[in-house]
Amino acid sequence: MVAESIQAARTVAPPRVRPTLTTVPDAAPTVFDLTDVEVFYGSFRAVRGVTMAIHKNQITAFIGPSGCGKTTVLRAFNRMHDTTPGARVAGKLRYHGVDLYDPEVSAVEVRRRIGMVFQKPNPVPKSIYDNIAFGPRVNGVRERGKLDAIVETSLRSAALWDEVKDRLSASALGLSGGQQQRLCIARTIAVEPEVVLMDEPCSALDPIATARIEELMRELKSRFTIVIVTHNMQQAARVSDRTAFFSTELDSATERRTGTLVEYDATAKIFSNPGDQRTENYITGRFG
Amino acid sequence: MNVAELRAKPSWRSVKSHLMTGLMGLALLVVLAPLVSVLWSISSRGLGIVTSAFPAFFTAEIPQISRAAGPGMGPAIVGTLMVTLGATLVAVPLGVLGAIYLHEYGRAGKFARLVRFMATVMTGVPSIVMGLFVYVMWTLRFGYSAFGGSLALACLMLPIVIASTEQMLRLVPDHLREAAYALGTTKSRTILTVVLPAALPGIVSGSLLAVARAAGETAPLLFALGLGATAYNAHFFDGINTALSQQIFVNATSSFAGAQERAWGAALTLVVLAFSFSVVARVFVHARRR
Ligand SMILES: Nc1ncnc2c1ncn2[C@@H]1O[C@H](COP(=O)(O)OP(=O)(O)OP(=O)(O)O)[C@@H](O)[C@H]1O
Ligand SMILES: [Mg+2]
Repeated sequence: MVAESIQAARTVAPPRVRPTLTTVPDAAPTVFDLTDVEVFYGSFRAVRGVTMAIHKNQITAFIGPSGCGKTTVLRAFNRMHDTTPGARVAGKLRYHGVDLYDPEVSAVEVRRRIGMVFQKPNPVPKSIYDNIAFGPRVNGVRERGKLDAIVETSLRSAALWDEVKDRLSASALGLSGGQQQRLCIARTIAVEPEVVLMDEPCSALDPIATARIEELMRELKSRFTIVIVTHNMQQAARVSDRTAFFSTELDSATERRTGTLVEYDATAKIFSNPGDQRTENYITGRFG
Repeated sequence: MNVAELRAKPSWRSVKSHLMTGLMGLALLVVLAPLVSVLWSISSRGLGIVTSAFPAFFTAEIPQISRAAGPGMGPAIVGTLMVTLGATLVAVPLGVLGAIYLHEYGRAGKFARLVRFMATVMTGVPSIVMGLFVYVMWTLRFGYSAFGGSLALACLMLPIVIASTEQMLRLVPDHLREAAYALGTTKSRTILTVVLPAALPGIVSGSLLAVARAAGETAPLLFALGLGATAYNAHFFDGINTALSQQIFVNATSSFAGAQERAWGAALTLVVLAFSFSVVARVFVHARRR
């Protein structure tokens, strides 16, 4: 009897937290709908048990300790894992009701609709103009006039136009880190995606550049659905509508730490009255 | 606080440091000495013959009687250019495509591993064996021609081009590929518009290394071009031809002073030619960067 209950305690995973959405208007249509999403790198299960919904024209923030799988989950949204040998996504990840990992779905088409901004600014070694025009060109825009217009509006949206308008043909690698990151944001919105995924977009930036990008995100919210990974809790509290807290737990089968979604709720709720002790510990800085 | 306090203290470490710096300087000299002496002897002995018969040395046909003194090396220069260009046109596109397959598509797959292994083995095949291979596979059937020489050199260049290009593709950071993928770019287009341009300088210099190596090859050309050509032969696919390296071999081993002179001239020409290849390629890479 005793041995049995110990056994049970060992093998049963902690209860999964089902998101209870409050405060934020639920009326916003669902863009992503995840059910029990897991991501593997080879045989290593990096993330498990991610069940959540991402809503249109909202900013959703992912927070959690390093290595808990925030990047890993984010990259599952636009099938970026397809390019990593050995990486595999399990569970259901629906985009407007369509299973993104259906064999008929093309990753290229997915990524045209779901753009991504990376942690490290990654302009390609071309001119500023060509960096922005890259995506539209891929989508078949050829006319110079049209490209010029796209480049200008994208750079304006990313609050970069005034700084670079006189040197559009200069190499993008000559920009500062913060400018490069705004260039990458401009490049992403130039293809008019529906969703913009951002992986710690401000981690290499000074507070002023960070503030600009946050401002930018608030502006872009009306046109895009944004998911942002951040280590900066104030940032999550400042810009996001909903916050997902990820953490790691010991996988009893493999003795390795697997990331999981602990709590997902309206940002105001997460930061004022979290439902899970682990979330509370993390946001109050008492995380072990 | 005065300066003396901040001055480096004499210690075993600083002694070691100076010792090592000295040793490195010595090593540099040891490496440079043969290079300088080769260049010096080639130019001091070749320059005389080349300038004493100025443009004639580069334009005149090779004397039919090797005892005869005087110019020139025209047909061998044209032959070298033809054979090398032909080999480059065969080996560089094939090698670059092969490397793209290996690095971007095959990766660690079985087939890719096999191809990579074969290419490594090919690097170790002596050039004379490669010449023999082309002799049996091509020359015996279709006769002597510049193209046969190109084939032999291409076989030698191919593994170098594959290995150096794959190395360069490996150096293209994945975040650049991801930048393109995240915009909905297909793999092939990503390779064409992002990966290859980023790797281009390296691919050009790697290919150039292969070209420079091939241009000086002698043994395979003896098989493929035939011996004894002294006149111009502009037919790429037909007839015996000659090349500078082959002329250096033939003339330098001759017992006649006139022929030996020509060999020095030919050697100088070959060195200058190979050098100008690399200058041209460097200028090209630089121009593309801007
Ligand atoms: N390409 C990969 N191959 C194997 N394991 C990986 C790979 N990428 C990430 N991992 C592992 O997956 C787990 C989650 O990593 P991930 O990068 O998603 O964490 P994260 O939450 O984004 O961390 P950080 O805040 O430091 O960016 C980690 O244990 C990591 O070691
Ligand atoms: Mg991360």
